[in-house]
Amino acid sequence: MGLEIYNSTVQAAVNWARKFSLFQYPFVTACCGMEFMSTAAPKYDLARFGAEFPRFSPRQADLLVIVGTVTERQAPALRRIYDQMCEPKWVIAFGVCASTGGFYQNYSTVPGCDQIIPVDVYIPGCPPRPEQVLDALVLLQERIQRGEGHSQITLKAEAGHDVPLTAIRPRDPKPTGEAAPPARPAKP
Amino acid sequence: MAQIILDRLVAQFQSGEIEQIGSQHGNEWARVRRDAWRTVAAFLRDDPTTDMKMPIDLTAVDRLTRAPRFDVVLHLYSVTKKHRVRLYAGVPEDDCALDSLVSVWPGLDWFEREAYDLYGVRFKGHPDLRRILMYPEFVGHPLRKDYPKEKRQPLIRRSGLPGTPE
Repeated sequence: MGLEIYNSTVQAAVNWARKFSLFQYPFVTACCGMEFMSTAAPKYDLARFGAEFPRFSPRQADLLVIVGTVTERQAPALRRIYDQMCEPKWVIAFGVCASTGGFYQNYSTVPGCDQIIPVDVYIPGCPPRPEQVLDALVLLQERIQRGEGHSQITLKAEAGHDVPLTAIRPRDPKPTGEAAPPARPAKP
Repeated sequence: MAQIILDRLVAQFQSGEIEQIGSQHGNEWARVRRDAWRTVAAFLRDDPTTDMKMPIDLTAVDRLTRAPRFDVVLHLYSVTKKHRVRLYAGVPEDDCALDSLVSVWPGLDWFEREAYDLYGVRFKGHPDLRRILMYPEFVGHPLRKDYPKEKRQPLIRRSGLPGTPE
């Protein structure tokens, strides 16, 4: 019991550190890149959230930001970049093209990059406003803190821990005095 | 506007190489017999009256129900004379080939590869006729009108996607 409390406390501290020191790899393929630059520039200032360093090597990054259309021909390269990143790692699909293929419903476009790699946060918009990007980043930080990123869950499951199947939850609900959520079923 | 080009073509090629000429919205065009494609192009480049040194674009059109099925379209521009012309050549489906113009204008290399990739028109004499936009594993030519709209040829997909069988 004591060890578990110790572990979870340490994990919370580690996750807190992770969520404010995201090193992003911008996989910029299309026009959304302009909006991404705007978000990273001083007016909207991604640096306020600790994610200011774009690293152009997947080895040094832990956040993959897919900005723009992903074509079938690029898909193996994207998968390879994702595989090269060290765990734990997170993925943001920036804009409708990266999320669903957008208005490209044709022979060349991947209908959403989640067909290739697991995606943690999707940003709608064509292109998204910088405010939406910041919102997505905050959303991702909350997920990281809860330890519910795709790769975090995978790591936990590989270590033999019990993980919920429905890990994707909306934002933490505001405290309104509602009943507590039902307890997680015990491990068989 | 550039009627002089059509006049030169008609005067020079009198055994049916120029099948049809026309002018629309001030743009002159000529339909060239398939076997004279390269000869006509080289003439337009070298003749001092036309002096078409600059190819603007080369692409193809799929008419599907018409015979011949494909049109290869070539846009030319003269930097010195500042006039333009558009050439067509009909290409049938069963013998989907046309003379390459890379020996006339080397800049058409990638244009012909694109037309080959997306429409399947083979350019005879092209030095390196490979796909340029699609990947080598791709089967078929996606801009043909009979290519299925929803057809995908993915190189990679995640296994175990939610809602998909393993």
